[in-house]
Amino acid sequence: MNDNNLRLDGNAAGGLLNEMFPFEMTAAEATCGGCAKIRPIGELMLYGHEMGAILRCAGCDTALIRITHIRGCYWLDLSGMSCLRIAADIH
Amino acid sequence: MAQQLRWQLGTVVEVRQETPSVKSLILDLPDWTTHLPGQHVDVRLTSEDGYQAQRSYSIASPPEDKYLMLTVERLEEGEVSPYLVDELRVGDQIELRGPIGGYFVWDAREGKNDGSPLFLVAGGSGIAPLMAMIRHRANTHSKVPTKLLYSSRSYDDVIYREELDRISGNDSSIQVIHTLTRQQPQNWMRYNRRIDLAMLAETAWQPAEKPIAFTCGPTELVETVANHLLQLGYKQECIKTERFGPTGG
Repeated sequence: MNDNNLRLDGNAAGGLLNEMFPFEMTAAEATCGGCAKIRPIGELMLYGHEMGAILRCAGCDTALIRITHIRGCYWLDLSGMSCLRIAADIH
Repeated sequence: MAQQLRWQLGTVVEVRQETPSVKSLILDLPDWTTHLPGQHVDVRLTSEDGYQAQRSYSIASPPEDKYLMLTVERLEEGEVSPYLVDELRVGDQIELRGPIGGYFVWDAREGKNDGSPLFLVAGGSGIAPLMAMIRHRANTHSKVPTKLLYSSRSYDDVIYREELDRISGNDSSIQVIHTLTRQQPQNWMRYNRRIDLAMLAETAWQPAEKPIAFTCGPTELVETVANHLLQLGYKQECIKTERFGPTGG
């Protein structure tokens, strides 16, 4: 199985992101640090792994969000994104 | 929804065999608030030795229903779906959290959508979140023009077949178009192949009608549909995708 087969939408990371952020994060808009495209997190490409997840830009493949959960801590690397816009209440 | 989701226990009140490999689990969740059509839940199973496995499942029931429905396809290599499909009985409990997702959602209520025609494209059990939208649309008597293009392996693999027939039979503003990719009944006059550009060109709303498309299914199908709709002139932001990968279970 190649990596493409493991690719999901950012939607599927909604539960994991909610462990860290008290907001509905799949609708939050991330600005890619690579190509400057703004997309909802639900539209990013999600690559899950045993200890966390990587969310990549669907256009240029830049890793916007890296999450690792290890020994009771979340490690969150957001260096691939230049801005994150979160609606405080989407409903 | 500025709050942390909690794991909660749902009790199985009914198990419905939808097709030979797919069952719907009807769950009673005392702590459930409400959800939007298209949202999903995370289901967590814990074995006796503490090992946990977690998967996302779309909610198939509309917000108006008392109980929550999850429709699960049994995947041979799956870690979670064989248990949910083969082992779970009425009265059993499972752990889940939700609702999750604010992107792949459609709300029929006034002011919550702009009346854009809906083009829904499902592959196999990818019908689940789209069925929540279709049921919600029917419950709220919405007349938003809607088409469902639904790819299944065979006639017997069509999930919610009778309900879809009934809904589309009672309402001329919704149209259901089936394609059967592996096996067709005798005299089958409709599509008999995988979804392709020509099929989408024949079935999708014209871009000028300002449609919004939701597509859910295996990754390959979803990407094919999204790419072809772009080719046909759909705007990127009007194509909402939900991939569940080849082994979502």
